[in-house]
Amino acid sequence: MNNTNTDVIQGTLDMLILKTLSLEPMHGFGIARRIEQITQNVFKVNAGSLLTALQRLERNGWLDSEWRVTENSRRAKIYRLTTAGRKQLQSEAADWQRRSDAISRLLKAQA
Amino acid sequence: MSIARQLVRGLRNLLRRKYADEDIADEVDSFFAEAKAGFEARGLTAHDAARAARIRVGSTTALREQVRSYGWENLVSGMLQEMRYTLRRLRATPGFTLVSIGTLALGLGATTAIFSVINGVLLKPLPYAHPEQLVSLWMTAPGVKIEDLNMGPSVYFTMADDSRAFQAVSIWTSGTTSITGNGQPEQVSAIFASHELLPILGVKPQLGRLFTAADDDPKGTRTVMLSDGYWRSHFGGDHSVLGRRLLIEGNPVSIIGLLPPSFQFMDQKADLLIPLRFDPAKTNLGVFSYLGVGRLKPGVTLKQADADLARMLPLVLQRFPPPAGYTVKMFEDARIAPNFRLLKDDLVGDIGNMLWVLMATVGIVLLIACANVANLLLVRAETRQQELAIRAALGAAWTRIARELLFESVTLGLVGGVVGLGLSWTALKLLLASDLVRLPRAHNIHIDAWVLLFAMATSITVSVLFGLIPVARYGKPHIADALRGGGRPMSPSRDRHRVRSLLVVVQVALALILLVTSGLMIRTFRNLHDVDPGFTNPAQIQTVRIAIPDEQVKEPERVMRMEQAMLAKISAINGVRSASITSSVTMGGYEANDPVYAEDKSYREGTLAPLRRFKWIAPGYFKTMGQRMLAGRDLTWAEIDNQRPLALVSENTAREMWGSPQAAIGKRIRVNLKDDWCEVIGVVSDEHTDGVDKKAPTIVYWPLFQKKFEAAPVNVQRSVAFVIRTPRAGSLSFRDELRNAIWSIDANLPLANVETVEALYNRSLARTSFTLIMLAIAGGMALLLGIVGIYGVISYSVSQRTREIGIRLALGAPIAQVTTAFVRSGLILSAIGCACGLVAALVLAPLMRSLLFSVSPSDPLTYVAMAVALIFAAALASYLPARRATKIDPVEALRAE
Repeated sequence: MNNTNTDVIQGTLDMLILKTLSLEPMHGFGIARRIEQITQNVFKVNAGSLLTALQRLERNGWLDSEWRVTENSRRAKIYRLTTAGRKQLQSEAADWQRRSDAISRLLKAQA
Repeated sequence: MSIARQLVRGLRNLLRRKYADEDIADEVDSFFAEAKAGFEARGLTAHDAARAARIRVGSTTALREQVRSYGWENLVSGMLQEMRYTLRRLRATPGFTLVSIGTLALGLGATTAIFSVINGVLLKPLPYAHPEQLVSLWMTAPGVKIEDLNMGPSVYFTMADDSRAFQAVSIWTSGTTSITGNGQPEQVSAIFASHELLPILGVKPQLGRLFTAADDDPKGTRTVMLSDGYWRSHFGGDHSVLGRRLLIEGNPVSIIGLLPPSFQFMDQKADLLIPLRFDPAKTNLGVFSYLGVGRLKPGVTLKQADADLARMLPLVLQRFPPPAGYTVKMFEDARIAPNFRLLKDDLVGDIGNMLWVLMATVGIVLLIACANVANLLLVRAETRQQELAIRAALGAAWTRIARELLFESVTLGLVGGVVGLGLSWTALKLLLASDLVRLPRAHNIHIDAWVLLFAMATSITVSVLFGLIPVARYGKPHIADALRGGGRPMSPSRDRHRVRSLLVVVQVALALILLVTSGLMIRTFRNLHDVDPGFTNPAQIQTVRIAIPDEQVKEPERVMRMEQAMLAKISAINGVRSASITSSVTMGGYEANDPVYAEDKSYREGTLAPLRRFKWIAPGYFKTMGQRMLAGRDLTWAEIDNQRPLALVSENTAREMWGSPQAAIGKRIRVNLKDDWCEVIGVVSDEHTDGVDKKAPTIVYWPLFQKKFEAAPVNVQRSVAFVIRTPRAGSLSFRDELRNAIWSIDANLPLANVETVEALYNRSLARTSFTLIMLAIAGGMALLLGIVGIYGVISYSVSQRTREIGIRLALGAPIAQVTTAFVRSGLILSAIGCACGLVAALVLAPLMRSLLFSVSPSDPLTYVAMAVALIFAAALASYLPARRATKIDPVEALRAE
């Protein structure tokens, strides 16, 4: 383990989850693994934060869930993005884009 | 969308926690299984994969708890759990719980009861549209020393024609009238009013039509409206009642409408509403004996209305002639001026003062009750100090502990409030059923939404208030101290006692305020009882009133004969000691005022002499009532029969006009320039006919049958009361015989005011008695609670210091010294409380000045007596527990620890 910070940037976990689920429905651990894979382990997702976030997103109506048997015949709770969730993802993504562009511009600024 | 989902999911979790928990547990397990499978897929052995997954996922238990803690329902279930816990703890100490709830229920119940009275009487608006526009048309006449001048037809007609401030005005009065022709003659109550009354109030008839100007025409047909109650009881709710006739005082009157069931006006009991039929052509400036009500135009103020009438009053004097024997100048000199007030203020009168005093009183009782409960809670928190400290040491947030303590007090407060509500409901029922006091708008007093809101708000406010005291003291335990104490009290610190002592001081101070106020009321009551009301032994004086209408018996002479004959029959009833006739019984109303001129005094041309109260009497009236004859003699029947021009006066009249009772004898007086002079033949002791607490008016007594009086050739009293002194007064059998005696002369006469003079007397004392009773109850409760407070503090400190006392006794301290130390500390507390209470009472008592009668709000005797009584009680309350200290066996006391 190196000392690189792998914490998810505060306030972005929801967006990461929504984005991941926009690819395909999956279960909690699947989401965590996918985030880590795609971000090439830049972010490591804490199990507690993830499951709590899933509860919250579902309560907000952005996700639906359903117990299903996976391909390797284990039961898992599969989350799926709702229409509202898709909209939410768009607005969060746009917002994030705007802010990260701003930060990049600032960091690239030269005297 | 999401809010609905939040609610539904939350509720589902709340109701089926187990199911929700299982779901979370399953998901956590599946998460773990997937993680493990992932590691296995990377080639780890099952054992190593499980290890790796555990490192990756962390503790599944912690994970479950973390996920589970999301959602608003956790807050609710936390609260519920706390409530269950609180209830269990309260149940575990039934003594404490019952005492606190009982104390609070008394305080809250009393406060709620008085508030519902205030709410119904003072706060609720009148049940009419825009009640703020309704005005009582009072006037004032400083020139003849009349503070509240009633309405007269001349002013009414002028206002009806020329007012700019009012939408409409009406003139009205209330009284009784008789209905005959339906079996037994019946005396019914009625409101007599000009036709504008109902439109002004915005009242619509439930059947039939409203009155119009035509109904007020003295030459038109006579009409009447029935109240809902009278219609139901006498016509069985028959809808064909319209157009039918009633015989009212011998005249056929047709029924044109029915008042709605909700009809209420100025607390008048009214079976009938009858038009007042004034003839403008015959109206003069006299007869200011009616009431007026008007509806202001929107936006017009009382001041503007006053100005409006002030503008019209000169018009009144131009338009109408003075009554016979008077001049316009007399009316100008009376300096009549408007004195309008809002209808509601007029109806409620000055009862507000008494009610607010009572409210303050019960408020103080509530505060004392709270102090008591706070004290109990302090003791309770103290015994739990160690537990709280341990919890704090284990990491419980102090807010959580504080919340728990507050929860307990709020629970007590709310339960106390509910019980109190029950108490106040009962108390109100009793109060309204009793005739302890006549409250205006009494029918409005209910426990309504406002009262419930008040009760709840008060319960919560006071419980937070007394709950905060232990919270401030123990909410943030000094962990080290508490734990070191190990539950064994070291010698109690000063600090620990300071709060409780302060509470006791406050209690004693508040109790003293209440004791002083009830003491002042007791003095007031005694002073009122010492007033000679103008009669003796009123329980033995029976009264009954009859009225012989014009239509039945025309000739005055015959009226007189009939009254005389009835008196003879009444006097013959078994057990009657004496009986007589009067136009108005002391404190019984039916009074008249007019100016009286003395022959030996000179009056400036055209000016009005001072007004005197008039009563007309038959011989034996003073003897029957028990009024003393101070000079001269009573009338004789021969003088009445011969219509001799005579008069008697009250002592204060004699003193005011001629200096002494003796000087009045032989002087001659009259009311009107056209009358005969009447010789004063006797002077009698004063009578407080306006009520015991009012000044005795200056009265002139005239013979029942006169000639050339007040410009009339013959004057007879058609409405008279018989006063009868007999030990049988008030009994049913005597009433029956009385009725038979009167009906043996005229079976068509309804009887009214069949009551004893004692009833009149009690009514006049009612408000004082009521206030006294309420204040005495409050004072008694305050004293009791205060004493319990002192007792509690001293006995607690005795129990806490058992070991110390044991040591002292073992070392040979004299028992008396130990006792004295405790009594002294109790006395010091109560002395400080008394001192504060005396100061507070001196400041507050003047607020109840209007309830007092010839006693100063700072009456030293009351203050000293109450303070001494309180200190004495406090000494006793501290001595009793202190004595327990002396019974301590040193050996046992030391071993017990």
